[in-house]
Amino acid sequence: MIWSKNETLSREEIEAIQLERLQETVHRVYEKVAPYRKKMDDMGVKPDDIKSLKDLSKLPFVTKQDLRDNYPYGLFAVPKEELLRIHASSGTTGKPTVVGYTKGDMDVWTECVSRIACAGGATSTDFAQICFGYGMFTGALGLHYGLENIGATIIPSSTGNSEKQLMYMKDFGTTLLVATPSYALRLAEVAREIGIDVKKDLKVKIGLVGSELLTDAMREEMHRYWGDDMIITSNYGMSELMGPGVSGECEYLNGMHINEDFFIPEIIDPETGEVLPAGEKGELVITCIKKEALPLIRYRTRDITRLMYEPCACGRTTCRMENLQGRSDDMLKIRGVNVFPGQIEEVVLSVEGLGPHYEIVVERDGYSDKLTIRVELAKATDSFKELERIERDIKNKLRVVLGLDAKIKLESPNTLARFEGKAKRIRDLRKGV
Amino acid sequence: MTVKQLSVFIENRRGRLGEVLHFLKENHVSILSMSLADTSEFGLLRLIVNDPEKGCRALEKEGFMGTVTDVIIIKLPHVAGALQGILELISENDIDIEYAYGLSVEAEDATIVVKTSQIEKACAVLKENGIGTMSPEELSKL
Repeated sequence: MIWSKNETLSREEIEAIQLERLQETVHRVYEKVAPYRKKMDDMGVKPDDIKSLKDLSKLPFVTKQDLRDNYPYGLFAVPKEELLRIHASSGTTGKPTVVGYTKGDMDVWTECVSRIACAGGATSTDFAQICFGYGMFTGALGLHYGLENIGATIIPSSTGNSEKQLMYMKDFGTTLLVATPSYALRLAEVAREIGIDVKKDLKVKIGLVGSELLTDAMREEMHRYWGDDMIITSNYGMSELMGPGVSGECEYLNGMHINEDFFIPEIIDPETGEVLPAGEKGELVITCIKKEALPLIRYRTRDITRLMYEPCACGRTTCRMENLQGRSDDMLKIRGVNVFPGQIEEVVLSVEGLGPHYEIVVERDGYSDKLTIRVELAKATDSFKELERIERDIKNKLRVVLGLDAKIKLESPNTLARFEGKAKRIRDLRKGV
Repeated sequence: MTVKQLSVFIENRRGRLGEVLHFLKENHVSILSMSLADTSEFGLLRLIVNDPEKGCRALEKEGFMGTVTDVIIIKLPHVAGALQGILELISENDIDIEYAYGLSVEAEDATIVVKTSQIEKACAVLKENGIGTMSPEELSKL
């Protein structure tokens, strides 16, 4: 089901809405947000210079550092009394990133999430169990309001206590699961341990996964555990932009449909900042055109993707962004080679005989970087040859994909850490990198 | 005749072998013989024990990867070339030895544990040639 007619507008209609909203936003931001006004003045751009969508590229970028520099409310365009809600990113290094919502922002957020939930197959009859951590993180409450808005029944189980999560699923008849891909796999593992057959004993048929990359290999792995008929879609967002709801996949899995009447996407060369033509891969930059509290203009997401404007079989005409291969923040530079954890994940999941969990360890060894991949065996064997085959398979595939030699550490099952929120699969032990 | 062997995957980490032995002891599984094949990163511990199924379950509960495999225990007289003769016989029949390790040395004979390809055929060849193998019952009396 398509939630809003705004998802099926013609390109001209979408662009007309975008231009009108962009011009309004730029005027308002210039007037109300001093740090951004200064950036525009420094570049010699005035709000009236934005005459077409192309003129967007004349505007300065906003980065995460700008949010930190203006902590907590410096980039807000409304008096803080008008805020209805505050969320914040975890802020593992330094201050967290603070975001705020007015009543209008909350409505937009709910609308956006309702759209992506529908695109992922959700309907008013679904029982949606939200296994995202409730709290300062936008994921749980974003999905909560969006799904409630379409009439689904919400089970706000949050994270933790996997056995109880599975009991809720079984007893309450959960049909829709909201979780990170890695937690969805963890739940299936725990189900097996306690004797629940997720395919037979549970009714879960929709998975809305997010807050973590969903590689094709990971999706296959999820199908293996949860059943081939489960509809598993990934969705995208970040608290700075709003939270979940910026974009999401439909059942055709052709990339994530962007809610273009609220967000204008651009792809830039991350080195030069230059806008790249449609279809080219680069860093995603998003301009929020219908936000009141924190209307970020040309926000650099650090996410690498490309945009696709061809119509989708689902009937939506909105631009799609390719599923992410990695956040540029997560990118590791190992012996001078750019490595995305997603690439390693694809390899690990493609090797027969291994479980879906892995850990990437990077160390400094003299003057060189040492890459170690820890993986878990999935099947017991008495054959040394089989163990060597697994080790060799990963090694060879990694060499092809990354051009790097890695050390492989086979481990017993359940040795590696399991995560309920975002999985932390990288340990970078190099000093001063 | 074949007997059951318990194989366990162990990471090459300090204390890991000790953990396996500890959990076997806890479950009153006693070890008659063992062999450890290893690389610098991991090893396969192969054990002849009094109750391999029980040992396997106990270790799996503790997060180890265990499996039970059929192997042959061959009885060898104390004669020079006894083992060589048997191995020749096996290879003449296009059967491969995957691994072997010693089990016991008695006054009149010794025993070795052998894992071969086509294990049923290997048993038949040994039997036809009058070479003694140990039955599970005999093993349980050791």
